[in-house]
Amino acid sequence: MSGVEGYMYPNEVTLYWSVLIVLYPYITGLVAGAFILASLVRVFRVQAVAPTYRLALLTALSFLLVAPLPLQFHLGHPERSPEMYFTPHATSAMAMFGYVYLWYLMAVLVFEIWLDYRREIVLRSQQSKGLLRLVYKVMTLGSNNISERSLHIDEKVGWIVTLVGIPSAFLLHGYVGFIFGSIKANPWWSSPLMPVVFIFSAMVSGIAGVMLLYMALTKLRKQAIDIRCVDTIAMYMFYIFIIDFSLEMLDLVHRIYEADESFRSLNFMVHTKLYFSQIVLQIVVGTLVPLVLLFLTQVVKLAEIARKRIYVLSGSLILISVFAMRWNVVIGGQLFSKSFLGYTTYKVDLVTKEGLLVAIGFIILPLVFLWALVKLLPPWPPQSKHQTASGD
Amino acid sequence: MKISRRHILVLLPAAAVAWKHVLAGTPEDAPNYKLSEHWWGMLIDIPKCIGCGNCVRACQTENDVPDGFFRTWVERYHVSDYHLENPEVISPDGGKEGFPAVKAGEEGKFFFVPKMCNHCSDSPCTQVCPVGATFVTPDGVVLIDQQYCLGCAYCVQACPYGCRYIHPTKKVADKCTLCYHRITKGLTTACCEACPTGARQLADLKDPKDPIHEFLKTHSVQVLKPQMATGAKAFYNGLDGSVR
Repeated sequence: MSGVEGYMYPNEVTLYWSVLIVLYPYITGLVAGAFILASLVRVFRVQAVAPTYRLALLTALSFLLVAPLPLQFHLGHPERSPEMYFTPHATSAMAMFGYVYLWYLMAVLVFEIWLDYRREIVLRSQQSKGLLRLVYKVMTLGSNNISERSLHIDEKVGWIVTLVGIPSAFLLHGYVGFIFGSIKANPWWSSPLMPVVFIFSAMVSGIAGVMLLYMALTKLRKQAIDIRCVDTIAMYMFYIFIIDFSLEMLDLVHRIYEADESFRSLNFMVHTKLYFSQIVLQIVVGTLVPLVLLFLTQVVKLAEIARKRIYVLSGSLILISVFAMRWNVVIGGQLFSKSFLGYTTYKVDLVTKEGLLVAIGFIILPLVFLWALVKLLPPWPPQSKHQTASGD
Repeated sequence: MKISRRHILVLLPAAAVAWKHVLAGTPEDAPNYKLSEHWWGMLIDIPKCIGCGNCVRACQTENDVPDGFFRTWVERYHVSDYHLENPEVISPDGGKEGFPAVKAGEEGKFFFVPKMCNHCSDSPCTQVCPVGATFVTPDGVVLIDQQYCLGCAYCVQACPYGCRYIHPTKKVADKCTLCYHRITKGLTTACCEACPTGARQLADLKDPKDPIHEFLKTHSVQVLKPQMATGAKAFYNGLDGSVR
């Protein structure tokens, strides 16, 4: 059989979880991470990152809207997916998806954004014209009271929602990790560390994503990047990345030291089929390089422009690294036989339902949603008096 | 032509075999089949398996299994000086057409291992199905409601034995049903019926008259991957430690 080395059980030759299932944890991770960044402002009062607060929320919403699409495209019978809501199977980790997703979407993210933007929505519903006016009218949900007292209540409720949102973000992504970590049949996945690793890598990727978006959009708006803001974001990103990397290394060292019956098989896979995506992309280029760069920004007094460039490079590498991590988990977990006697190959299709073009579309689509949301609900303060870009 | 007593002596056994065959293919009426009176499993006697592939072909014919996918398959293990600790394993096209002849001078031990769904009583595939489309029947058979299955393939990932696949045209999970349509009518499974050596035997663990009880008491019987604690009910006699 083409692409098979050694012996695979005959039904294992085909991989069933494709690049779309790689995207699913990647996208939900970005959502969770972006929300955690927003919570730094709202709950932990880290005012330095306030310029990214609203952008982080809108980014989280844009990606969350796309999160279920790769799953829908992957299902053999997507028309039956509502059954997960109507007749969920209590013992299945996956059955929780619909509820966790809806809870996070409606009770946390949409609610928080609505509370935060309510004053502007009401004002715009009165000042806009035509279709836009109608859109804003609908978005007020009939609540036009923007008195001081009412806005104060919004603020309090918003704080509570964010507080609830933090464990919800952990639940959303930790649960994705649990889907993999609880599969005892697959030694590559089966690990109680999996949900924790997923949460920390999610935080890092979401923070990196929002930081890059903030820097790019600020540039596009010809405004000055708030260096104190990106310095603070980079600091959080660095420390969370250290925890994430430590957890992943702990998992790795534990596997190597314990060396159970699956070890030889998995070790061979890491040194062959996953060498580029895991050793090169995920660990060296995507983790060690940004960690060293970010470390430099913490201990060496670098010029502002150098710091910005390091942040852009590190953020981009982190996004690549976390994507590679998802790839190595999802695809890597299907490349070896559960007999530990052989390996198969995964070739990404180009234009099929689960092909590369669709996957690229699902990466671009949240950015389209974000563009629309930013137009509708600008995350920048209207009275912004930022200086123009400083020429970097 | 005059039929002599000699002719009758020759013809009678042949007629008896033919009649038995006809009877075997006739489903019994089973209006009184009670789910609670059975707990189905399978006994697989490795020393008896000759790797003919009859079981695989019978299963594919009986259950319309698509090409390239298997509800049951047969593996051949070769333990030699070269492959002493890690035997060489092959299963060309699931062993459907048997196996290549052993070349002259090829030394070592060969044995065949039929594989199928283990109809686990604590089955991981059932546990993970998000809508409960996969379930264990009260008589111990793991089945899939294909009108309900989403085709998410989570169960495929959860099965430690590689017994499940996504049907290429139905787009739902598929696997051995233990020929449920037959065993509930008093017949045996297609693979058991086609096995020329009796290497596969349907076993009712709740029926005290079933030979499985005596067999389990008198032989060293093992299940695949016991460390998975799935409650597997495919019992293997003579299972080599190298089999995964």
